[in-house]
Amino acid sequence: MSAAAAKASTSSSYFELFGLPPVFAMDLPALEKAYRDIQSRVHPDRFAHAGDAERRASLLWTTRVNEGFQVLKKPVSRARHLLELHGVDVAFETNTAMPQQFLMQQMELREALEAAIAARDPAGLAKLQQGLERDRQSLEKQLAQRLDADKDYAGAAGLVRELQFLEKLEAEIDGAYEAME
Amino acid sequence: MALLQISEPGQSPAPHRQRLAVGIDLGTTNSLVAAVRSGVAAVLPDAQGRPLLPSIVRYLKNGAVEVGYAAQAKQAEDPGNTLVSVKRFMGRGLKDVAHLENAPYDFVDAPGMVQLRTVAGVKSPVEVSAEILKVLRLRAEQSLGGNLEGAVVTVPAYFDDAQRQATKDAGRLAGLNVLRLLNEPTAAAIAYGLDNASEGLFAVYDLGGGTFDLSILKLSRGVFEVVATSGDSMLGGDDFDQRLFCWIVEQAKLAPLSPRDMRLLLVKAREAKEALTFHSETGITARLASGELVDLRVDSETFCGMTQTLVHKTLGPVRRALRDAGLAVKDIQGVVMVGGATRMPQVQRAVAELFGRDPLNNLDPDKVVALGAAMQANVLAGNKPQGEEWLLLDVIPLSLGVETMGGLVEKIIPRNSTLPAARAQEFTTFKDGQTGMSFHVVQGERELVSDCRSLARFELKGIPPMAAGAARVRVTYQVDADGLLSVTAKEKTTGAEASVAVKPSYGLADADIERMLRDSFTHAKEDVHARALAESRVDGQRLLEATRSALAADGHLLSSEERSRIEERMGHLETALGGAEHRAIKQAIDALNHGTEAFAARRMDEGVRRALAGRKIGSL
Repeated sequence: MSAAAAKASTSSSYFELFGLPPVFAMDLPALEKAYRDIQSRVHPDRFAHAGDAERRASLLWTTRVNEGFQVLKKPVSRARHLLELHGVDVAFETNTAMPQQFLMQQMELREALEAAIAARDPAGLAKLQQGLERDRQSLEKQLAQRLDADKDYAGAAGLVRELQFLEKLEAEIDGAYEAME
Repeated sequence: MALLQISEPGQSPAPHRQRLAVGIDLGTTNSLVAAVRSGVAAVLPDAQGRPLLPSIVRYLKNGAVEVGYAAQAKQAEDPGNTLVSVKRFMGRGLKDVAHLENAPYDFVDAPGMVQLRTVAGVKSPVEVSAEILKVLRLRAEQSLGGNLEGAVVTVPAYFDDAQRQATKDAGRLAGLNVLRLLNEPTAAAIAYGLDNASEGLFAVYDLGGGTFDLSILKLSRGVFEVVATSGDSMLGGDDFDQRLFCWIVEQAKLAPLSPRDMRLLLVKAREAKEALTFHSETGITARLASGELVDLRVDSETFCGMTQTLVHKTLGPVRRALRDAGLAVKDIQGVVMVGGATRMPQVQRAVAELFGRDPLNNLDPDKVVALGAAMQANVLAGNKPQGEEWLLLDVIPLSLGVETMGGLVEKIIPRNSTLPAARAQEFTTFKDGQTGMSFHVVQGERELVSDCRSLARFELKGIPPMAAGAARVRVTYQVDADGLLSVTAKEKTTGAEASVAVKPSYGLADADIERMLRDSFTHAKEDVHARALAESRVDGQRLLEATRSALAADGHLLSSEERSRIEERMGHLETALGGAEHRAIKQAIDALNHGTEAFAARRMDEGVRRALAGRKIGSL
């Protein structure tokens, strides 16, 4: 594998890939612009009439750029990537110790979700969604403070796990809408 | 100092010869071919001036094949050998196909993909589609005056990997260099967006003869970005015909029908459906083989009633795509209608009601996909000068997963991921000395393997024998810009490249394609070798040209030694091109491809560097 191909497939900093500062409070329009600028240079459509070597190199690069864009676009994966760059494992799978209050709140939300599904109540789902959106915004604010201002990466892991919980619940609400149709 | 060359928009400067490239809409009901000429995309008509080619193929006893209007004229007379709507069977098994009982064919259940028995032998849907593509290729070559260098073939956005692979195989069988499989709604968005200079969020509602797609795109200057896609690959105008056909059988109290009567009434049903777009009432008259006369009248209210559930079925995918995109109906600035079936007034009304606005119909729904494909083919062929091309970002319509314990699916690439996309997973052995592993890749949204589409089963062999749990096997699933999957695997502790034999659960092996290719040449009396030579020459010329322009643009990235090594291989290829041996050309192509790998990677790095540098300068 050539050095460049290796670079295209390793998981070094995605922030670096897009030439952006490694912060949680991401300048999303700047990310989008960098993404498009790079894509317009490396995308397979630019190399459809080129030789195999260039088509392969383009495929590797575009795949990595797409992956990096996904990671940086979403708050949970962006925070996780930031922590990994600082040697902190978020440990979604192994660390399930959460604050008591958060767990209680999650259980209530889950019960509400199940009730809305049982009653086939889209309005109930929408209300849940709005509540989650508020929780999410406040969590993201806390994360920005902890990561960007305090630079407390180890201390942010718990908050990232909480955000992950919310994201999972949001996905389940989407699934519930689908099941109702 | 050299003077700057300035060319007309849409035309490249003189030294670049225009490469002949076309867009092909391979439809369930009709197919079309279009090309960009003098900067304008146009559908290429046949010698009689007809733009559409009915997607109908008739096989005759003597091995001859009729395609299009000639076959259409014989469909009621020779229903078993006249194949219509074969797109519904592409990449599909017998159990996947709806309304089998109402199709007058002799189906043969083959592993993976259903086949059809005709007087000329058993035919795969891939071969049938290739006959249609071949006619369009010849039409384009005659009308453009030369061999095609490439084609963009459109597919429903909701086609899975099996259906896409089958379409690409059909292109190959028809002698086309398929530059890209392009999603139909995306093609329509290109034609529409460029025609109207639109910006913002648009929905494309594409109800064709056999498939339904809904894509949501973000259009901005020079970028077409699909944000979500959804649909139903077994729902289309044909189903409306079926409803009307069943109504006719019921109303006229008909006994079980012969294939011939069945086809006759299906044709009458389609005609009545089309008439109801412009009239509130129409007649259905047909004389059956028995001499029995069917004479009915149907009004649009009755027709709407019997097809209401079909229209309703399209609205679920619309809502799902909006949800996946995180958007509400009010965020959508316009709804583009594509596909002949969107002409039905009840479809127009349902879409207008859901979106709260009148849908856009200003481009011909039959032609818009082919026009967009032609525009994209022109870009992919490299005919547009730099800076005038656009960027197209499309997504995978259905999640990819692998089977885990207990027949469950673990998602590896979620639906609506931007393509190309990849995902790597690590596995280990559970027995001492284990040298193989088996995998099962599926596509779909359900949790059980049995509810998803099986794409491939493959065995990983050649893992070095080690203690249980010591081997580290990394499997990489890569989906390319056509939406097609490939799998590679590597054992990490020893670096041994484990071999992967991907055994598709559907479709055709390379050997099948070779055989079909040979068969088709026997019938067409074309010379296999002449064709192979012509194709390898086109490939070789293309590669030489691409390498020359790469050297001209980025030659500074090479040392003089590296450059001369590449030039040496170019020389070999040029020599081989002068000969008449296609294998020698192929070898020289492979050698040059291999020899330019490092250069290609460096160019790509350079491209990224420039993109970022440009951005920084721009933001100062």
